Amino acid sequence: MVTWIVATLVFFMLRAVPGDPLVAMLFDVGDPAAAEELRQKYGLDRPLFIQYVKWCGLLLQGDMGRSIYGSRVPVSTIIIEALPRTISLALLAFAIAIGIAIPAGIIAALRKNSFLDHATTLLAFLGLSMPDFWLAIMLIIVFAANLHWLPAIGYVPISQGVWPWLKHLILPAIAAGTAFSAIIARMIRSSMLEVIKTDYIQVARAKGLRKNTITLVHALPNALIPVITVMGIAFALLMATTVVIENVFSIKGLGRVLIQGILNRDYPVVQGAILVVSMIFIFINLLVDILYTVIDPRIRFE
Amino acid sequence: MAILLEVTDLHTHFSTPFGTVKAVNGITYTVNEGETVAIVGESGCGKSVGALSIMGLIADPPGKIENGHIRFMGEDLLTLTDEQLRRLRGRRLAMIFQEPMTSLNPLLTIGRQLCESLQTHLGYTRTEAVNRAAELLAMVGIADGGRRLKQYPHHLSGGMRQRIMIALALACEPKLIIADEPTTALDVTIQAQILELMKALTRRLNVALILITHNLGVVARYADRVNVMYAGKIVETGTARQVYALPSHPYTLGLMRSVPRVDQARLQRLIPIPGQPPDLTRLGRGCSYGPRCDFKTDRCDDESPSLVETAAGQCSACWNTKAVADSLGGGS
Repeated sequence: MVTWIVATLVFFMLRAVPGDPLVAMLFDVGDPAAAEELRQKYGLDRPLFIQYVKWCGLLLQGDMGRSIYGSRVPVSTIIIEALPRTISLALLAFAIAIGIAIPAGIIAALRKNSFLDHATTLLAFLGLSMPDFWLAIMLIIVFAANLHWLPAIGYVPISQGVWPWLKHLILPAIAAGTAFSAIIARMIRSSMLEVIKTDYIQVARAKGLRKNTITLVHALPNALIPVITVMGIAFALLMATTVVIENVFSIKGLGRVLIQGILNRDYPVVQGAILVVSMIFIFINLLVDILYTVIDPRIRFE
Repeated sequence: MAILLEVTDLHTHFSTPFGTVKAVNGITYTVNEGETVAIVGESGCGKSVGALSIMGLIADPPGKIENGHIRFMGEDLLTLTDEQLRRLRGRRLAMIFQEPMTSLNPLLTIGRQLCESLQTHLGYTRTEAVNRAAELLAMVGIADGGRRLKQYPHHLSGGMRQRIMIALALACEPKLIIADEPTTALDVTIQAQILELMKALTRRLNVALILITHNLGVVARYADRVNVMYAGKIVETGTARQVYALPSHPYTLGLMRSVPRVDQARLQRLIPIPGQPPDLTRLGRGCSYGPRCDFKTDRCDDESPSLVETAAGQCSACWNTKAVADSLGGGS
C-alpha cells in the first residue's frame, strides 16, 4: 500500500518537473524530428494516464522498465548493481554511528555535568550542525589528500577482499553517520538519565551488583526502548545523507543513480530507485517493530 | 544478644538550591542480631534517608553523609571503599523497597534477577543458582517456582512481586534486612500476609530487620523495639510494648491519638496533630516539634532536647516528659 502510494507520487511528481528526457539527451543534436521519433518509441507521447497504467502493470510483473538514457539498460540491472554499494555504506555508517553513540551516551549520562558530558554534548551539536558534504570534503582533504591514509573516491566490492572494501567506505561512512550518531547519543543520554532514576536500578544497586552489570544489563536495554523508535526515523535521515555522500565520494550507489537519473529526466530509473529506497525504509521500520519484541517482553506475543 | 548494627550521630544532608536539607540530623540507635526494630515517623522525617545511608545508596551529589559512624558487623561502613561496600550489599545487608510494582526490572525474568545476586555474591553456577532460586520462591510462598522463574515481572501481581523482593533480600542469607515501607503500596489484605511472612522468615533465619513504617499498628505487632523519628531526629525509643503503653514524647502520643485503636471506644474521636512538619532547611535551635506540641514550654524554643532515659530501655527527647506522663495517668 505504502509502496503503491510512493510509486504513484513519484510518477506524477517526476512528470511535473519541467524538462524532458529527450531534450536532455539530444541537447547537442537540436533535431526536433529525431526527438519526436524517439518520444514515440518510448511511449512518452501518449497521455500521462496511459503511461502510468502501463508502468504500474509492468511493475506488478516485477519489471521496472529500461533506462531512457544511453544504452537502454534495464532499471533492475542498474539498481542491482548500485544497491550493494548503498547498503554497504548505510550499514557501515550505521555501525560506526551506533558504535560511537552508545558509549558516548552512556558516559555522558553516568558522568552527568562532568567535563566528559559537556565535551560529548559539544561534539554532538557540532556533528549535528556540520553539513555532511562539507564534513565529507574535510575528511577527504585531511585523510586522503594530505595524509594519504585512505582513498578519496571509489568503491570496491566486498568480494575483492574485506579490507579494500572497508578502506574505501570508512571516510564516506563517517561523513554519513556523524549526524545520525549525534542524535542517537543525545537520545541515549537523556533516556539513560531517566532509567537510572528508576526503582529497579536502585534495587540493582542494593543487590550489590557490579557497576558494569547495572549499566549494561539493567539500565541500557531499558534506555534503548525509546531510542530504537528514533533510530527507525533517523535512518531516513541516514538514507538521505548517503545520496549526498555517494556523490561526494563518487560511489555509484543508489544515490548517484538517483541524481544522474533526475538530471537526465530518466523517468524509469528515478521511479525505480525511489521505489527501492522507500521499500528499504519500510523494511527498516518493520525491523524496528520486531526489535521491540526482542528487547521488551511486555509486547511479546504469548 | 550481640550488637549487629550501631548507628552513631549520623547526619545526612542534601544540598538543594533552596538550602541544605538536614534529612537525617544526628540519629543514634542499635540493632541486635535477629531483632526487629521499627522506625516510625511521618513522611519526610528522614526514615528512608537513614536507611539508604546505611546501604551506602545516598546519591552524592546532592546527598552527603556529613558526620557519624555506622558500625555493622564490627566495620565502619562509612570508611569502606565503594567496592567493599558493594560486596556487603545484597550479601550481608539487604533492602526491600516500598514499591514492588517498579522494583523489578521489566525486561529481565524473575529467575535472572534472583540468580544474579547468588552468582555475584556466592559464586554459584547457573544451575546451582536456579535451584536455589526455586527454593527461595518456595520459602516465600510462591508455588510452581520453576515456571515462575521464567516469567517476567509484568506477569505477577503486586503481592507476588513483593514476595519476590523478599526472596531477593533473603537470597544470600544476609544479617540485616532493611524494609522501607514494604507494605504501603499493597492491598490491606496482602499487607498482613507479607508482614507475617517477613516476621516468620527473619525469625527462622535469625536475620535482623529494620522495619520502616508510618503504621503504628504494624509496629505494635511486629517490632521488638521502636525508634520514633521526627524532623531527622529520633525523639523516642523503647520496646514496642513500652512505647505503645506509655509514650513519653508528645509526638508519639500525637501519633497514637491520630490512629484508631481497636481497644478504644468506637465513638472516641481521633485527634490529628496540628500543623505541618518543619522545613528541614531551616531548623531552629529549639525543639523542632515545639510549634506543634501541646506541652510546649519556654525552654523548648531555646534548647533542643536530647534523648534521656525515662524508664528502663525507654528514652525520650523532650523537656516535659513528666507532663506527658501525667497527662496519660490522669487524662484518658
